[in-house]
Amino acid sequence: MSTYLIYSLGGAVIFAIGLYALLARRHLVHKVIGANLMGSGTFLVLIGLGNRAPGGTPDPVPQAMVLTGIVVTVALTALGLAITKRYFSATGLDDLDTDPREGDHP
Amino acid sequence: MTLVDHLPALLIIAPLAGAAITFVTERSVDRIVAVLTSIIITLFSGMLLYRVASGGAFRYEIGGWGAPIGIDLVADGPAALFLLLTAVVGTAVTIYATAYFPKDCGTSYGHGLFWTLWLFMWTSLNALFLTGDVFNVYVCLELIGISAVALVTLKGDADALRAGARYLFASMLAAMTYLLGVALLYSSTGQLDMEMLRATLTPDSGAATGLALMVAALVLKTALVPAHFWLPTAHASAPTPVSAALSALVVKASYFAILRLMLSVMPPGFIPGAGTLLGILGSMAIIWGSLQAMRQTRIKQWVAYSTVAQIGYLFIVFPLADSGADVLAAALGGVLLHALSHGLAKTALFLGAGSLMDRFGHNEIARMTGAARTLPVLTATVALAGVTMMGLPPSGGFGSKWQLVSASIGAGQWWWALVLGLGGLLAAAYMFRVLAVLLSDTPTEVRPTHAPVRLEWLPLALAVAALFFVFAAPFVDSLAGISTIMLHAGVTP
Repeated sequence: MSTYLIYSLGGAVIFAIGLYALLARRHLVHKVIGANLMGSGTFLVLIGLGNRAPGGTPDPVPQAMVLTGIVVTVALTALGLAITKRYFSATGLDDLDTDPREGDHP
Repeated sequence: MTLVDHLPALLIIAPLAGAAITFVTERSVDRIVAVLTSIIITLFSGMLLYRVASGGAFRYEIGGWGAPIGIDLVADGPAALFLLLTAVVGTAVTIYATAYFPKDCGTSYGHGLFWTLWLFMWTSLNALFLTGDVFNVYVCLELIGISAVALVTLKGDADALRAGARYLFASMLAAMTYLLGVALLYSSTGQLDMEMLRATLTPDSGAATGLALMVAALVLKTALVPAHFWLPTAHASAPTPVSAALSALVVKASYFAILRLMLSVMPPGFIPGAGTLLGILGSMAIIWGSLQAMRQTRIKQWVAYSTVAQIGYLFIVFPLADSGADVLAAALGGVLLHALSHGLAKTALFLGAGSLMDRFGHNEIARMTGAARTLPVLTATVALAGVTMMGLPPSGGFGSKWQLVSASIGAGQWWWALVLGLGGLLAAAYMFRVLAVLLSDTPTEVRPTHAPVRLEWLPLALAVAALFFVFAAPFVDSLAGISTIMLHAGVTP
């Protein structure tokens, strides 16, 4: 049980850090990394689940979920970075809070 | 096993095959493949609806494995209805897009990707309506999100990229929260299949927290007030066919997952107060969305805020769910009817608004005066779709409000009926504000066009379908009864 507890508490902390980054950071790349951290936190919780019953048979289902989750997160990250790059070349901005039509950006 | 038994799988394979083919074919062939695919999907959806209506709900084991090792698809009444709505709206959007996107777009490669991304999104929508597994819901939502964000950014200008980025971050937040919810739910139940969850779910704080996180994530995806911040820019800056698909179908997909979690998976009162809270947020959405729609000066933003308002009605079913089988049946029939008629009318409104924008050459509502004379078909489209938004007879909007009002009174919760009435008045206010401009006497100049007439007649056909949709109410009600959701009230489908 304690292994599971360590993994899930650690996962929750990492999830919270990622959530903070996604919501509070302005830089688009920070936001993408924040979302990835949220994913990693969740994956830790899931990995811990596989070893929930001490001495019992490991449960493969959470690991299958993690594998799927990683694939999905990679796709989301790629899309997020591609949009960030295109947005930066179109406006010279790296955050969404500044209106691109205001002022002195190329 | 005949073809009919494999319909759930075929409904996912057909659009996926179309998406794969359009990825490799020439630009000029893409549109033919897409139209053929949409016709095939419509045929399959109709057959599935017939099968469910005549033979009842059924499960489909992918690859013959069966839950819990495999993933099962569930074809019941509400799923079949949403699939057919997706097919009809999807076919209309596809045909509109053949006229909207130029045949020769060699210079802008983004537009060339429309067909692949759109069929890919269609695949994931169909999969979400059919899935019976809470983790599979996560995968489908992500697939919808990725293709939807890419479609929003198709234009590639700063506005579209900004709207797409906002949409993407909202999607990511929702996805990760949903997945954490699944992890918590699995840790206390060891189940992912919805039916097995329903059978084994016992009051437990871990499972309740997990399900609460999942519903909250889906609420963000559905853009229910106050989580609607990303919707108006995303829906308004997308190319017109995409706007229509996003507003009519994509928000309904995550709503459908909420319907399944709240009413199929969870026993009544599993998360205390959740139903009432969703009802209150829905009421806020109706009022706030309508007030915002009145303030919009640009036509697509106006339609997008009307979506924010109309989403609210869908959530009135949740506070009424625990007041007996009759009330739930009326409320469920009501929200399904609303989802279908709003889907048709909103597609008509978005496609019509997009065509108006193209003909006037701008998107300012105030400068669209006199459209009734110069563009009568498009003006009629906006007016007729407006009848459904307001909920006047004989539109589907009227039928759904009628059923929700009777359910509210049947449950002794008359205050929801007040909100529904107020919503109708506010919808009339924001509709007439635009209609007054379109119907005014001073015509403004309209650009001549060589565009095919389907850019005008297709939206009108959808608006007319929504206008008479109340006559489909008995059929929708009977299909709503063939559902795992009705088990919630102790009714065996």
